[in-house]
Parts: sequence; structure tokens; C-alpha cells
Amino acid sequence: MEDVRKLNNGAKFSLQKLLPRKKTAPGVERRKKKLTPARLGRIALSIVRGVIVFGICYVILYPVFVKLSVSLMDESNLYDATVKYVPKTFTLDNYRKVLKGLEYGKSFLLTAVISGGVAFLQLIVCMLTAYGFARFRFPGKNIFFGCVIFTLIVPPQILMLPMYMNFRFFDILGIAKSVTGESINLLNTAGPVLIQAITCIGFKNGLYIYMLRQFFKGIPKELEEAAFVDGCGKLRTFVQIMMPVAVPMMVTVFLFGFVWQWTDSFYTGMYMPKMALLSNKLSGLATTIAAQYKDMGGSMNFVTPGFASMMNNTGVLLVILPLVILYLACQKHFVEGIARSGIVG
Amino acid sequence: MKAMRKVNGKRKMTLRGKEAVAGFCFIIPFLVGFIGLFLPMLFKSIAFSFSNMQVGTGGYVLQKAAEGGLEHYKRALTIDPDFNLKLLNAVKDMFIQVPLILIFSFFAANLLNQKFKGRGIARSIFFFPVILTSGIILGIESSDLLQQTLGPEGMLSADDASTVFNISKFLMNYTNLPATFVNYLSEAVLGIYDIVIASGVQILVFLAGLQGISPSLYEASNMEGATAWENFWKITFPMISPLILVNSVYTIIDSFTSADNELMTLIKKTIFSDVKYGFGSAMAWIYFVLIAVIIAVVGGLISRKVFYTD
Repeated sequence: MEDVRKLNNGAKFSLQKLLPRKKTAPGVERRKKKLTPARLGRIALSIVRGVIVFGICYVILYPVFVKLSVSLMDESNLYDATVKYVPKTFTLDNYRKVLKGLEYGKSFLLTAVISGGVAFLQLIVCMLTAYGFARFRFPGKNIFFGCVIFTLIVPPQILMLPMYMNFRFFDILGIAKSVTGESINLLNTAGPVLIQAITCIGFKNGLYIYMLRQFFKGIPKELEEAAFVDGCGKLRTFVQIMMPVAVPMMVTVFLFGFVWQWTDSFYTGMYMPKMALLSNKLSGLATTIAAQYKDMGGSMNFVTPGFASMMNNTGVLLVILPLVILYLACQKHFVEGIARSGIVG
Repeated sequence: MKAMRKVNGKRKMTLRGKEAVAGFCFIIPFLVGFIGLFLPMLFKSIAFSFSNMQVGTGGYVLQKAAEGGLEHYKRALTIDPDFNLKLLNAVKDMFIQVPLILIFSFFAANLLNQKFKGRGIARSIFFFPVILTSGIILGIESSDLLQQTLGPEGMLSADDASTVFNISKFLMNYTNLPATFVNYLSEAVLGIYDIVIASGVQILVFLAGLQGISPSLYEASNMEGATAWENFWKITFPMISPLILVNSVYTIIDSFTSADNELMTLIKKTIFSDVKYGFGSAMAWIYFVLIAVIIAVVGGLISRKVFYTD
């Protein structure tokens, strides 16, 4: 659609060029473009639009800037009324403390592996399911798709307790119990989130299936029919024909899955509270650092709110930094994927 | 539709049958998850809410709760001091927030759909809250003291809140607008940050929908001399209306299940810190039934007005 418009514009443009220009007498300056009401209106509109867009961007980015400025301050600056935004005593000390308090290297790796694994599994499984819903006719299809939407509507908090019990005493059809005599305890391993990912009942997986289904529905059927005629199997068609077309949407779903697992505190806090994951570390950050500080002979008897807040701000920055980099790296695909999903109804 | 057919004495699958089998194969992961994990857990959760649970080392034992199993429900609704209040607050917050989020995200999507310089940058900044407001980060933010004093709302509360107050006073004194409406608007202006950060996904969905509208519709109407205003109400709005339904349902769910929702915190605390499994499950179920009813009513009302092309 975009291309057509471009073509149209191009045609207009070249037409204007072809038309003979009005002759201007030599020496007379070419008049400026007339300020017609329509043009004035357009200028006013673009100014208003610019102001609004800038304002909203400011509202979104402001907290990040505040965090950045706070993270570079010394604690005394927080209580200094003359300091606003620009730190008086510039220091990287906060970062040093937080890197140590989060055990950044270790927890970064672990979080990255788990988030990557979960996002990848979710992507594959949701894609298969979505393709099944988008392209095949089978009895009960609408009912099953209703079930997908249903999983999205049920708040995870309702299933919280049975899920917890399920993974605390995990067993598939009583196999483990008959072999070892005991059920398996999957808590504090990556098991629960991986199992949820592979069975499509992870966090907001219904949304992914829905988005991917709409995307697949929007792709012309002729592509696959050509492949079928050439004797290509259904799975192979999916892998070789559909997947390359769906790259933008895949990037989008992967990004969602990765980000939401990375910052997830609900499942992480429930299934693996003792693992060294960034979101676990972040929630207890200030107290951890205070304890470390005390061990080193510091005189911190209690955690001041200013200190806690400073640590939290620095910690949040460090936690979202990898996400921001990832987001910027695939934001082109991301926006394109959304634009082409053509979600309707 | 026949899945099987006899050909030369042998039973063979029809094309339809093959297609159905292939379809089922593709959705196997979901079926396993839904039937094998999701539904049993849903039923377990119902069972928990009607009983008392004792956890041992090897597993757990359920006993039927008092008063025919309804003990926990009765307690949540009639005895517990917090539950009803928080339930009402959650519903109230939802009704205030959801229309604002919908209007804002629709507006923002229209804005981002126009052509202007720096549109790519603006788009990526508008979607940035998807990262910024997920999980733990939102939790940390809402409990953070400095953010509350330095953050946009805190900043507003100093000078701008009085400005907003003056304007709303002016509006009430000199215009015929109803007071509740003016209050609603001024609250919306003060809470702009909350609205903006809650509408990332909704903007995405609307933007996708806007891009899916065929330009030929606009071309035709422009030929007939329609104004931009008419175009908006006669083309854009009806074409986007299915997405208004999708987005309102999504926003309602999001507002009910977000990490900073008080009731959710209460339920989690009851189950895990106070170890009252049955009571917590009963609270969660009352909450869910309420959500389901609200979604059904809102969805029903909106879907009457929705326009489908096919």
C-alpha cells in the first residue's frame, strides 16, 4: 500500500516538473510561496503535532532521566536543596555498589539464558499453534480458539496456588512416583517457566497466539498452495515458506516474551525465589547492599529512604539497559511487524 | 464432512480429514497445555476455594470447609474488612482509567500514523513503556520514595496541580459543564503519566489497525469531496471499531491484573504470607467472576456498535 502511494506521489511530482514554469521577468525576484489559509493551517497543524509528540515523549522519558541523574549523585546531594538534576558531586560509586549487590555478571547470564530460552520456546510453540488456527479447518476450531482467549482472560493469580502446588509436587501421570517413590520438586529451577512456555500457558501466550494468527491470516494463501503443488509437506511449507515471511512478527513476539520474562516478578518470585535472577536481586537490593556495607565495617545501622531509592534507581537502570539495547537493535522489525500484523477483530 | 471414505474397499482419509489431522497436529502444544495443565489447575483452584488445605511433606490434604464449603466466600464478602473496599476500588479505578487509556492510545496511534519528520524515533519512544512498565520495574517504581517526590506526578503536584485546580474551578464557575466531568478531566491531566505508560500495547494494536485500512477508501471519499473530519468518522472510526473492542477487553484485563493492583497484592499476601490457601483462592474467584461479568457486559455493549466489513 505504501508503495502505491509513493508511486502516486512520484507521478505527481514528475508531472509538475514537466509542466512549463511561469515565466518570470529577469531581475524580478521569484516570489515566495503564498501564505494561503490552507498552507497556514498545515503549518499550524504540524507545530501542534510537534508539541504534542514532544510532550508525550518527554513524559515517557522523564523518569529515565531522573533515574540517570540520581544514579550519578552522592547521597548528600539528595538532601541538598540547591541540587536538582545535575549532581554536585559526580560519582560512579552507586554503580559500583549496585553491580556488586546485584551480582550483576552472574545474575545477568542466568537471567539472559532463562529469558532467552522461555522466549524462544514460546515463539516456536505459539507460532505452530497460531498457524494451525489460521490455516486449517478442523472440527471445534472456534471453540478451541475461544479457549485461547479464555486463557488470556483468566488472571494468573487465580491459578497461582494450584500451579505452585503442581510444580512443588510435580509428576506426569504418576511416573516419577512409581520410579522414585516421590514426586519431583521443581521449585527454584527453571523447570516451571519452561514447562509453561512449551505448553502455551505462559505469561500472555494467548496474546502471542492471537497476534500471530492474525498475521498468518493476512498472508495470501497462494504462497503455500504453490508449495503444496510442488509436493512440499505441511510442516516444511510452514518452515520454509511462512517463517521467512513472518520474521518481523517473530521478532516482535520474541521481544515481548524476552522482556516480560526478564522483568517478571510474579512467576519468578513464586517459582524460583532463591535463584540469582535480576528481578529477585532487584527487589531486595537496598537491604542487600546495606548488609554488605555493614560487613565491610561501614556505619550503616538502618537503610535511609534516600539510600534505598538511589540504589533502586541505579539498579533499575542496570536491569533495563540490556533490554533497551535489544529493543533499539530490533525496533525496526518490531514496528514493522506490528504494522503488518493487521489485527482485525 | 466425512473424515474417512472407502476407496476400492480400503478406508482412506479424505482431503478434509487430512486437513483436520494436520490442524490438530499444529495445535497439539496448546491442547496439551490447556487440557493437561490449565483446566485441571482451574478446577483445583475451585476445589481449594471450597476447602481447607493441609500441606505435608509428601503432598496436601483437602478438607471440606465449614458451612457447606462456603465458609471462605462468606468470610471474604461479609467479615473481612479489606476485601470489599479493595474490590470496589479496583473496579472504580478500572472505570476511570480504561476510557482514558483507550482515548489516549487511539489519539496517539492516529498521531503516529501521520507522516512527519522523526516519526520513527517518536514511534520507538511511544512503545518504550512496554519495556519500562513491566513486572518488577513497575513494582519498584510504585514503592519508590524519591520517584514519588521527583517523578512527574510529584513535580506536577507542586505548581501545576494548582494551575489545573484553577482551570477546573474556572470551568465549573463559567461554563455549564457538569462538575463530575470537570473533575474527571482534571484528574486525567494530573494522572497523564499513568495513562501514557499503560497504553503501549494498545497504541501498537491501534496503529496496526490504522495501517491496515486501505488507502483507496480515502482516495474515493476525497474524490467525492469529503473533509478530513468526515473521513475520520465515516472511514477511520468504523474500520477501527473491532480493535476498540479488542483493546477495551485487553485494557480491562490489564488494569485488573497489573502488578501494582492492591487486590492482587492482598490475594498474594493471603495465600503466601498468611498461608490461608482456601481463603485466598475464594477471594481470587470472587474477583475473577466480577472481572468476567464486567468484560462480558462491556464486550457485549461495544460489540453491538462494532462494524465488520465482512
